Amino acid sequence: MDLQIALLLGQDGIVNGAIYALLALALVLVFAVTRVIFIPQGEFVAYGALTLAAFQAGKTPGTLWLLLGAGVLVAFIDTVVAVRAGSPGRLKRIVLWDLALPAVVAGLVFWLEPDKLPLVVQVALSLAIVVPLGPMIYRLAYQPLAEASVLVLLIVSVAVHLALVGLGLLFFGAEGSRTTPFSEAQFNIGTLTVNGQTLWVLGASIVLIVALYVFFGRTLYGKALRATAINRVGARLMGISTTMAGKLSFTLAAGIGALSGILIAPITTVYYDTGFLIGLKGFVAAIIAGLVSYPLAAAGAILVGLLESFSSFWASAFKEVIVFTLIIPVLVWRSLTSHHVEEEE
Amino acid sequence: MMTTPILEIRELCVSYGKVEALHHINLKVAAGQIVTVIGPNGAGKTTLLSAIMGLLPSKGEIEFQSEVQRDIEVEHLVAMGMTLVPEKRALFGEMSVEDNLLLGAFQRYRAGDRDQGKTMDQVFGTFPRLKERRAQLAGTLSGGERQMLAVGRALMAKPKLLMLDEPSLGLAPLIVREIFHIIADLKKTGVAILLVEQNARAALQIADYGYVLETGSIALEGESRALADDPRIVETYLGLGGKKQ
Repeated sequence: MDLQIALLLGQDGIVNGAIYALLALALVLVFAVTRVIFIPQGEFVAYGALTLAAFQAGKTPGTLWLLLGAGVLVAFIDTVVAVRAGSPGRLKRIVLWDLALPAVVAGLVFWLEPDKLPLVVQVALSLAIVVPLGPMIYRLAYQPLAEASVLVLLIVSVAVHLALVGLGLLFFGAEGSRTTPFSEAQFNIGTLTVNGQTLWVLGASIVLIVALYVFFGRTLYGKALRATAINRVGARLMGISTTMAGKLSFTLAAGIGALSGILIAPITTVYYDTGFLIGLKGFVAAIIAGLVSYPLAAAGAILVGLLESFSSFWASAFKEVIVFTLIIPVLVWRSLTSHHVEEEE
Repeated sequence: MMTTPILEIRELCVSYGKVEALHHINLKVAAGQIVTVIGPNGAGKTTLLSAIMGLLPSKGEIEFQSEVQRDIEVEHLVAMGMTLVPEKRALFGEMSVEDNLLLGAFQRYRAGDRDQGKTMDQVFGTFPRLKERRAQLAGTLSGGERQMLAVGRALMAKPKLLMLDEPSLGLAPLIVREIFHIIADLKKTGVAILLVEQNARAALQIADYGYVLETGSIALEGESRALADDPRIVETYLGLGGKKQ
């Protein structure tokens, strides 16, 4: 291996690592706030990428129907709950978020002919379809079990993951898709060639990480999410409802997932089930961080990305094996060094 | 004894599985008064507050601000002006004192209030020590300061009813006196206080009215002065010569 190949692999590793870092942050966030191990995170990556690809191919993405269907289902359940509780005040919200919003998105998709529009509009529409699915899935699958054990929530996650992968196959078929790059630019730095999409991925990841940092450090809603993660009962006593915190964290996770998918779609072919593997690598990074530390998760993600790209050079048949084997020493080290975390209440 | 109760509880029962922990509790808190519930360990005092706050399912009727609460939800009650300072304080240990206080006003922020800074100044007026420690992490505070922060955080919500669960627990006597002094002062701001305490002497000194909770039932109730003189209370809770102090 000469320096040029090393640089190339390093570049590859860092780009993938940046995506894993985003996913790892989302996984840590969702787990800290809701105790859900969010296996379906990867499906949002695939949905984001494939929804955009469908727009570019001039098709109506199936995720739009999922959004409309899930919206109706959530609206129905929430209306029943609201009527039973005798609080019709909630109905306005239900109609707005679960019925009107998906309907407006659908209207735009049919009216605008997205394949003729600039990329930024296509991206915005893709996000508008995929991101609201996050809180809706939280409402349907997790909210009724908010007090359940981590294990039960994990089992639900597996079920949601399988359901979403199946739906993905139904919506997008078994063929993979690629999207047009955000930029065709190429830069030469010494012997290294960097293409525009690489910079887009890195830049967007850094912007997102900084935005998350500001959100959690400076805004009251960000602090409310942290408070829920630290002390759920304490947060409820401040009027920070577990449901609101759950929906907000799922919205963020869905947004991060969908955006990651949109970022990588021009550099990798994305299939309906690609998200799972990508999500799992984010998960390895999150595990390195013990599912609690954001900076460690980001660092772990870069490590996973580099390990993956270098092992694909030396032993490409074993690259996944090598990446996932990393989790064993990490778990051993974690279980030896970590002290038992006190259970709540 | 009271005119308009801000909180009225009728026939409240709470069960843990098959075991009933509270039996048919009736209790009233009038606006602007301090009402205390005293009783030994395990009598159900914390259970009572948790049930009123909606943290535990219960049977019976809870009327808050002349409105019977049917679908008791913590967040809704907080929005209506009820706050609980739990026995374990439930602070956000890895966040600063200032952030803890800000989050105390979360529900008001959601409702559109933007005067958190002013409320925080009032809280700092009541607890100057919190102002000195505003940038410090809540987890690094001493026991007394933690209790002050818990009460200060609750006050950030501008509550109409403040419920305190064993504020004296685990604190040095001098600090207990300081905390009770502050609680007595809070009454002047018009907030009603429901104070649950094992330290019966301190509680009865500042309260207007008191209930004695024993093994899940109200054993005795009355004006706190009368309770403090009641021979049964003196013997069981205040100890001999307790009145003299």
